[in-house]
Amino acid sequence: MSTRNWTDKTIEEIVGTLLRVGVSLSAFVVAIGAAIYLARHGREPANYRVFHGEPSDLRSLSGIVRDAFRLRGRGIIQLGLLLLIATPVARVAFSIWGFAEEHDRLYMIFTGIVLIVLLYSLLGSGSAF
Amino acid sequence: MNILEFTILVAAGSFLAGLLGSLTGLGGGVVLVPLLSLFFKVDIRYAIGASLVSVIATSSGAASAYVREGFSNIRIGMFLEIATTVGALVGAFLAAFISTKALATIFGVMLLYSAYLSRKPRPRAQRNLPPDPLATRLRMNGDFPSEEGGMRHYNVQRVPLGFSLMFGAGALSGLLGIGSGAVKVLAMDQAMKIPFKVSTTTSNFMIGVTAAASAGVYLSRGYVDPGLAMPVMLGVLAGSMLGARILVKAETKALRLVFSIVIGVLGLQMLYKGLTGGI
Repeated sequence: MSTRNWTDKTIEEIVGTLLRVGVSLSAFVVAIGAAIYLARHGREPANYRVFHGEPSDLRSLSGIVRDAFRLRGRGIIQLGLLLLIATPVARVAFSIWGFAEEHDRLYMIFTGIVLIVLLYSLLGSGSAF
Repeated sequence: MNILEFTILVAAGSFLAGLLGSLTGLGGGVVLVPLLSLFFKVDIRYAIGASLVSVIATSSGAASAYVREGFSNIRIGMFLEIATTVGALVGAFLAAFISTKALATIFGVMLLYSAYLSRKPRPRAQRNLPPDPLATRLRMNGDFPSEEGGMRHYNVQRVPLGFSLMFGAGALSGLLGIGSGAVKVLAMDQAMKIPFKVSTTTSNFMIGVTAAASAGVYLSRGYVDPGLAMPVMLGVLAGSMLGARILVKAETKALRLVFSIVIGVLGLQMLYKGLTGGI
């Protein structure tokens, strides 16, 4: 019992670090994109009343990466948001390994199901990736 | 209003939403969409997209602080995430077929119900419940640091009911772009008899995974605008990180009262706008 508690605590600490690093990294990337975006477009009028959807290059991974490498502010922000979405997915993927370390087959299966649903929504549901 | 002013105001509003959402365990997303659509006149679909990515930040930012405190239970969280992620996918697909008026109406009803739930006196937490066979088999029972000092043990109850409620929480999350912390806390605290602080922190932990399940769908649909999502995400993140630091010591009762009034008023406004077509 004491061994399991120790391992649970270890997993929790690593998960905490993973989440912190993922969120900090994405916030950092979003902030860089924000600086470029605001420097270039800060004085233009803001208008979000009318919905027109995002252009296709801000909807897909390849388009976002292309825009980000061209140092477009909106592309860099979107890349940061993708990192943010990837953070909980990475957390779930790591948890499978954590439960494997504990020889907890039942929770490896549960975690695997959650990971499959997440990957399906990211890869299978649209053109995001 | 130019983009710079708009960004600063949205970031400030999102900071407050993140702070209150994290302190009460109800999530920042619940007030973000009304804030953006009622006060900043943002189209509700952009508001939902921005809210959805920011609840991932709220959840992950706060959860990274909570896991070290020993409140959240990763087994309960992971098992129930099966229900919330499947629900979130269903909700995100449904959102494409629903008009903005209907979305606002559903949002209003959900806000009013959240306000009612947080006002309803919580029955005195039952302690020392007998172990439930299913929960024991799923190894969900746990310990957490109690107010009196030392660790307190709890036995999880009614797993199937909690699991079903979590599917509903996931569907609401995918449909409205919120973390649906209110329903998650209801499922754990009331249905499964999990201690309140364990419920709120585990809920925060689950919200990111639930929101990630529908975020991909929203992004590919073009509902996530970087110019809007940026101040929302950064503001909410800063607010929720601060809230997570305070939570461990704070008395949540008074805060829940204030926040429930805010939620109720926003709910009435969303319902009104939804029904009269002003959105």
